[in-house]
Amino acid sequence: MLRLQHVSKRYPTGNQALKEINLTVPEGQVVALIGPSGAGKSTLIRCVNRLVEPSEGQIWLRDTEITRLSTRGLRHIRRRIGMIFQEYALVERLSVMENVLSGRLGYVNFWQSWLRRYPQADVDNAFQLLERVGLLDFVDQRADALSGGQRQRVGIARALLQDPDLLLVDEPTASLDPKTSRQIMRLITELAQERGLAVVINIHDVPLAQMYAQRIVGLRAGSVVYDGPPEGLTTAQLTTIYGEEDWDRNRQADPADEDAVLAMVAQDAGQPRPAL
Amino acid sequence: MPVRQIDDRKLWQRYDTATRLRLWGGWIGTTLVVFVCWQVISGATRWEFVADAPQQLSQFIGRMFPPRWGYLNELWLPLWDTLNIATLGTLLGLGIAFPLSFLAAQNTTPHPLVRYVALLIIVVSRSVNSLIWALLLVAIIGPGVLAGIFAIGLRSIGFMGKLFYESIEETSREPVEAITATGASPLQVLSYSILPQVLPSFAGVSIFRWDINIREATVVGLVGAGGIGLNLNASVNALQWSQVGMIFIVIFVVVLFSEWVSARVRQAII
Repeated sequence: MLRLQHVSKRYPTGNQALKEINLTVPEGQVVALIGPSGAGKSTLIRCVNRLVEPSEGQIWLRDTEITRLSTRGLRHIRRRIGMIFQEYALVERLSVMENVLSGRLGYVNFWQSWLRRYPQADVDNAFQLLERVGLLDFVDQRADALSGGQRQRVGIARALLQDPDLLLVDEPTASLDPKTSRQIMRLITELAQERGLAVVINIHDVPLAQMYAQRIVGLRAGSVVYDGPPEGLTTAQLTTIYGEEDWDRNRQADPADEDAVLAMVAQDAGQPRPAL
Repeated sequence: MPVRQIDDRKLWQRYDTATRLRLWGGWIGTTLVVFVCWQVISGATRWEFVADAPQQLSQFIGRMFPPRWGYLNELWLPLWDTLNIATLGTLLGLGIAFPLSFLAAQNTTPHPLVRYVALLIIVVSRSVNSLIWALLLVAIIGPGVLAGIFAIGLRSIGFMGKLFYESIEETSREPVEAITATGASPLQVLSYSILPQVLPSFAGVSIFRWDINIREATVVGLVGAGGIGLNLNASVNALQWSQVGMIFIVIFVVVLFSEWVSARVRQAII
């Protein structure tokens, strides 16, 4: 489905963000990209739809080499690639419906979009998606009237209305509370499964990545240093990706398991506090 | 270095000694310049004229009062012209400043060269006062309302264009990225991600310029570009001070009115 071959990116500042990335994502797979800030996660997914131009290498979506496309061809292929953002990237002063329908901009001409005359089929799909993400009552609200979680749902609906083959997701939960984060991750992965989409998710939260992704790719300083199943992510692997840290302390219990959390809290409380 | 070590203690001050000295030097220098300027100005002033000023002023006002209320009937048409000059001039400026600002903004310009040309137009428009534009235009297209409209319009392009392109440059990048990622065309990206962000500020700037233009439109008549200024000029030349008084009252009321309208509209937008 998605194939990256020898992809490198060097910014004009001389900063080498990506080094020789090789990555293949099959249909229907959810891949979580983890790694410290500045490891090149954002650059990597932006190279796929060429919001950032890769300096070297080839990127293929199915049989199309994205990296060789002209401006027009690029616009065409971007319709097949949905994107979800950390800060939701909605247009605040437009309504929820307008934001969702903007996912169809690649399919309608300028006047249709200017006059908001979208084909009825698009509107039907938009209503369906809004129902699926639980925002049917908010159709006419302005995007800036929504909470963070609701905004991200709008972002998800917009990306899916494109009818994409591939979803690029950039830190979808970084601005959300833990509960909403889980709901959003579940929603993204469920919807991807329903539609058989390949998904690449940048994420900081390692336990969340392990919970929802089928495969983890660890980046460090622009290179892939781990590529394997979520279970394979050991303390040693985390140290390779992020550097030295006391990884086991936070990993004693699965936070999903409430009893274990309580046990952990109790254990913490039992220990004498270190003097300041 | 603002941090100094004395024994084993660290002292912190906002500025180090050299910077403090420079700041003091700056203050003293400024004071001296003001003092010298004052000297020059006072040397070039005939103080007996200044001492005379309150008397002159009261005489002047005395000549204007009571205003000639009957003259009001002759002012309705020039007043209407003035409002039209201001409104149509603002619309003309808006029509040109709107596309121009997208060419001038760093994040929407098609090419740096286009940007420089657009910026040049904005600067030229801004650097010439409405009254000077009117003077030129009266010479080119003859006296009358049309010259006034063009004068106001030309001056407004720079004002609105500059504030417009600044607000385009301040838009947040994320929605632009998101709309681009859907495969939208450049024009769709503008209309869906930039335009909704700048529309409130565009509307606010336009109404503010209209408010300013009402005032300017009362003046362009002085050089023959139509409106109530024509009457003002004629009355001053004929030493009809009671008519001048009447005109001032009318202008004052109109300016109050425009102030009120623009305040209401701005409230409605935000």
